[in-house]
Amino acid sequence: MTAPIQDITNQEYKYGFVTDIEADSVAPGLSEDVIRFISKKKNEPEFMLEWRLKAYRQWLKMKEPHWAYAKYPPIDYQATSYYSAPKPKKELKSLDEVDPELLDTFSKLGISLDEQKRLSGVAVDAVFDSVSVATTFKGKLKELGIIFCSFSEAVQEHPELVQKYLSSVVPVTDNFFAALNSAVFTDGSFCYIPKGVRCPMELSTYFRINAANTGQFERTLIIADEGSYVSYLEGCTAPMRDENQLHAAVVELVALEGAQIKYSTVQNWYPGDKNGKGGIYNFVTKRGKCFNRAKISWTQVETGSAITWKYPSCILQGDDSVGEFYSVAVANNYQQADTGTKMIHIGKNTRSTIVSKGISAGHGQNVYRGLVKIQKTAENARNYSQCDSLLMGDLCEAHTVPVIEVKNNSAQMEHEASTSKISEDQLFYCKQRGLSTEDAVNLIVNGFCKQVFKELPMEFAVEAQKLLEVSLEGSVG
Amino acid sequence: MLEIKNLKARIKDGADVLDGISLTINKGEVHAIMGPNGSGKSTLASILAGKDAYEVTSGEVIFEGKDLLALSAEDRARSGIFLGFQYPVEIPGVGNAYFLRAALNSIRKSRGQEEMDTFEFLKLAKQKAKLLEMDESFLSRFVNEGFSGGEKKRNEIFQMSILEPKLAVLDEIDSGLDIDALKIVSKGVNALRSSERAIVMVTHYQRLLDYITPDFVHVLSGGKIIQSGDKTLAHKLEKEGYAWVKAQDAANA
Repeated sequence: MTAPIQDITNQEYKYGFVTDIEADSVAPGLSEDVIRFISKKKNEPEFMLEWRLKAYRQWLKMKEPHWAYAKYPPIDYQATSYYSAPKPKKELKSLDEVDPELLDTFSKLGISLDEQKRLSGVAVDAVFDSVSVATTFKGKLKELGIIFCSFSEAVQEHPELVQKYLSSVVPVTDNFFAALNSAVFTDGSFCYIPKGVRCPMELSTYFRINAANTGQFERTLIIADEGSYVSYLEGCTAPMRDENQLHAAVVELVALEGAQIKYSTVQNWYPGDKNGKGGIYNFVTKRGKCFNRAKISWTQVETGSAITWKYPSCILQGDDSVGEFYSVAVANNYQQADTGTKMIHIGKNTRSTIVSKGISAGHGQNVYRGLVKIQKTAENARNYSQCDSLLMGDLCEAHTVPVIEVKNNSAQMEHEASTSKISEDQLFYCKQRGLSTEDAVNLIVNGFCKQVFKELPMEFAVEAQKLLEVSLEGSVG
Repeated sequence: MLEIKNLKARIKDGADVLDGISLTINKGEVHAIMGPNGSGKSTLASILAGKDAYEVTSGEVIFEGKDLLALSAEDRARSGIFLGFQYPVEIPGVGNAYFLRAALNSIRKSRGQEEMDTFEFLKLAKQKAKLLEMDESFLSRFVNEGFSGGEKKRNEIFQMSILEPKLAVLDEIDSGLDIDALKIVSKGVNALRSSERAIVMVTHYQRLLDYITPDFVHVLSGGKIIQSGDKTLAHKLEKEGYAWVKAQDAANA
């Protein structure tokens, strides 16, 4: 009698699993052992381990996607270490020890000295404002029954919510990077807004203590229960450097009946140097599901990363649900941005709006890739799409790949697209009124992005505007 | 204030457009430059403002004792030169008031003056808008976007009234205007006449000069000023056409 294959593999686990649980990190490479190690290290319940393993086994059968308009050398997934305990960053004594170029960027962005210290890992005084503010906020949120914590904490404290909603929007088998994330992610953010509660403040990862080391495979799950509202901010305008080149995050949003989620991102990962060396690969899966009368609104300002591969999407499953996508994506120097959205209309009277603004400069390549799908069941669906590209210089590229699939004749679809260059005439007009070339370019670019910036929370919008100026510095003239 | 000496210029890598222009403009004067299509009127206006599509091949331009041609377009604006565009440019997404305040403050800053805050600026802008019979909504609309021809021209004069230049060069400020709009624009320009300011108007038609009376009229043809005179010259041109003055020039040569 031959033993079932499963038994053999199980045996291998038993004996092959030699990694010391007390260790702080695991050797490079990916295997079921490594996943068991991560799960055990994080003291996860059984369902999480099963879920991770399922994802891993699926991932093994999948191929790295290469349909995006981006070129990069093959990634060696066995060369990465998939777990290392959060290590405190090396503390510096003062800002004098920080890379002056980084400090220069900080000051251009108007980041306060205290904040500069925090971001670059300089020891700060015992009482640091944002920390105490965060504690006060946490108390307030708790009173309202809002849960806002790290993903690890949620797995321990609210396993029933995690089990119910995890991968309910992005299945583990959804795509190569989402499967990889599911198998190996170590932390991220979790948020639950109870029925009928309107979250009184913008929730930001910035205010979540311990948010610093979420690592390269981040996982976010936000659940807005019936009739609730939340505005969530991700990222910050300060340049983020990281030794890991590959970042594959997954964000899932669940908007239950009548709920609203507003999700804003400012992404400024290291884009590589002027010659295209280095920089982060940002391969992200973001998706939300809307139940009846729910609304999800994505707003993103993407200025960083060497490669961006990101399509925040909405599944408009419920009747009368609404999906929105507002995006500014910048590709300067040798950056490659392939981004857009998917709006899947399933329910009746569903509406979606897409406003995408792509800016290409230097040798940058910018692609808008979008899908609007009207299913047979989606009576009276409506979509409005607008994709505008702005080119600066003669060496950059802009592409738009909008796909529209309509299976119900009652749908109303509108699509507008434009490609323009900052014209000599516009520049001359501004300069004739006394503006410098740099100011003129900023003014024109900000005007171009206006529709998107006005969707951002006020403070974020001001920061985003400054960020854009810094990202495009010296691209014209 | 402005002295143009034997100015010759051509389109970059292209044809000659100005063939030796000399002109002196003093404070408080209003000059009209007339001439047929392609005579170089608009080119002259653009060169004075610093558009780099043109190349000066010889001659010089002195503005308040400075070599104007050595300055960038923005520095010319900051030292007090304003060009009213024949075709004002649209800047989508940028509010008219925002744009103009940025411009004003950039000029003020270059002169070591304090920047004007939003409230103070809006007060000023509303007052000036009234003068040009412009609705206040004008201020929040995007720069020239979706403006009618008349609105665009009024916006140019509005900008001029805020920036208060020393020398204003108005390039065909009357083109595309109906009679009512022409009157409003003229009223705006007349309100800006001052003993401290010079105005140069480039136009095809005598009509404009009925509303804004020039001190001098120059006729430009083939990149040269072929005749100068007072406002009666404009009337004569209107009656006889440009052929008359060209013929006269040929006879003199």
